[in-house]
Amino acid sequence: MQYLLEIFYFLASLGFVIGLKMMGKPDSARKGNLVAGAGMALAVLGTLFFNSQGVYIIPNFGWIMAGIAVGTIIGFVMAKRVQMTKMPEMVSLFNGMGGLCAALISIIEWRHIAGSGEGVEVLHYLPILAGLIIGTISFIGSMVAWGKLNGSLKDILLPGQQLVNFVVLAAITAVSILLYQTGSDVYFYAILILSGIYGLLFVFPIGGADMPVVISLLNSFTGMAAACGGFMYDNKVMLMGGILVGSAGTILTIIMCKAMNRSLKNVLLGNFGGGNTAQASTSASGGTVREIQATDVAIMMKYASKVIVVPGYGLAVAQAQHVCHELEEMLDAEGVDVKYAIHPVAGRMPGHMNVLLAESNVSYDKLVEMDDINSEFATTDVVLVVGANDVVNPAAKTDPASPIYGMPILDVEDAKQVIVLKRSMKAGYAGIENELFFKDKTGMLFGDAKDSIQKLVNEMKVL
Amino acid sequence: MLEFISNNITFLYLIVLMIIVGIELISHVPSVLHTPLMSGANAIHGVVLIGAIIVLGKAESNDYFSLIVGFIGVIVGTLNVIGGFVVTDRMLEMFKKKKK
Repeated sequence: MQYLLEIFYFLASLGFVIGLKMMGKPDSARKGNLVAGAGMALAVLGTLFFNSQGVYIIPNFGWIMAGIAVGTIIGFVMAKRVQMTKMPEMVSLFNGMGGLCAALISIIEWRHIAGSGEGVEVLHYLPILAGLIIGTISFIGSMVAWGKLNGSLKDILLPGQQLVNFVVLAAITAVSILLYQTGSDVYFYAILILSGIYGLLFVFPIGGADMPVVISLLNSFTGMAAACGGFMYDNKVMLMGGILVGSAGTILTIIMCKAMNRSLKNVLLGNFGGGNTAQASTSASGGTVREIQATDVAIMMKYASKVIVVPGYGLAVAQAQHVCHELEEMLDAEGVDVKYAIHPVAGRMPGHMNVLLAESNVSYDKLVEMDDINSEFATTDVVLVVGANDVVNPAAKTDPASPIYGMPILDVEDAKQVIVLKRSMKAGYAGIENELFFKDKTGMLFGDAKDSIQKLVNEMKVL
Repeated sequence: MLEFISNNITFLYLIVLMIIVGIELISHVPSVLHTPLMSGANAIHGVVLIGAIIVLGKAESNDYFSLIVGFIGVIVGTLNVIGGFVVTDRMLEMFKKKKK
């Protein structure tokens, strides 16, 4: 019986790895999440009911079960209630909770060793400190990201921000050394506060549009903080789970940056999509746009043989996914081939559009990724751009001076007709003009995406 | 240094292998799954809850600071786990394939 704990932990780690692997494929993704969840359940049960000697009930069982019950109820209700469009915020919030948990563990452990009166060993001291610093940065940073995504916090770029950040980091390092030498509580709490400040400084200057990248990075931070706990308690499941997320999260962050053709450094410095969007909108094309009526668009689509919908953030904001699916079904009934072209960074997170459209029951195989659909635009009659802007901006290919130059885009201009649904001529989040809107083949249908598509649906009905 | 490496060799094996596994698992994933994956990974690092359970389990019955802070730790850790997995499940629920 005494080996059961290790076996539980082994199976749990296996669950994490296999679960994450399964989550990488659309067909098995949901099961993968369950497998990882089962792994977590095994790890928790093992910790509660076994120790290295065999079966036992962990002390303070009542407290622990009460905490788990409270956390389960709150977490379950929050996760079930949140709207699909608010998912990124939710992930950020839960990530912050993990960071907070790691920091709290470090605080208690520090009191244990500080109170014991013995000298602090480096090996014991390092994971406690690392857990505190990384956990706190992750907690505060995630809270800021959460606030930014729900619109209650604005982007603020302080002058000399990079220098300030560096000074705070240097201070954390210096105080950590002092703490090791003296073992004084004051330094410990100073590190806690400094880490919190760093979390604020780290996320505040980054533009709201880049938040997904930041959340992904903070996600990997929390993974590393959890791994510190693995060191503290010689606990392999914490170590493996934490390192796995730390590594996977870092790679995911880099992949997200690549999809936007930007370096991680560039994102972190808050150069783009940050507080300085206004000055970028200089290159006015000076052309005229052609406004088009819903009736014309409806006719155009009804007699088309192939229509591609390009969804963007505007679709999410207007909650137009359901009516969009309705339109798609009507066209489908007319024998029109309808597909959705998904740019990797359309919306505010990679996969944002897939999640939204899937919510309104759009079949998964109708969602085509950029690389696969770009060659199809040439044979497409009508492209319907719904609230997307930068991801269809030809400047990314033609204008080396453009801030989005080099970003891969959807080649919608190859199609015969392009219809852009947009609220106004305002620029997208990159703050730059879009030449596409001024092309001869482009028609603009102004208005809220949901209203506009509803109009199209109504027109289709009477045709 | 060498002694340290030798004493912790199992952990070092685990760390290096897990880093490689993490990179491999994520590298060939279609971008449509990035958000659910991030969310799933978010739930997995909720394993930090184990640490909170251990630390609360160690707290003396008269050490109210550890009991209360540990209690909060268990709550927020559970929030991370449950919230993370449920949100991920809701996202992935939408990836169902629909056959006509």
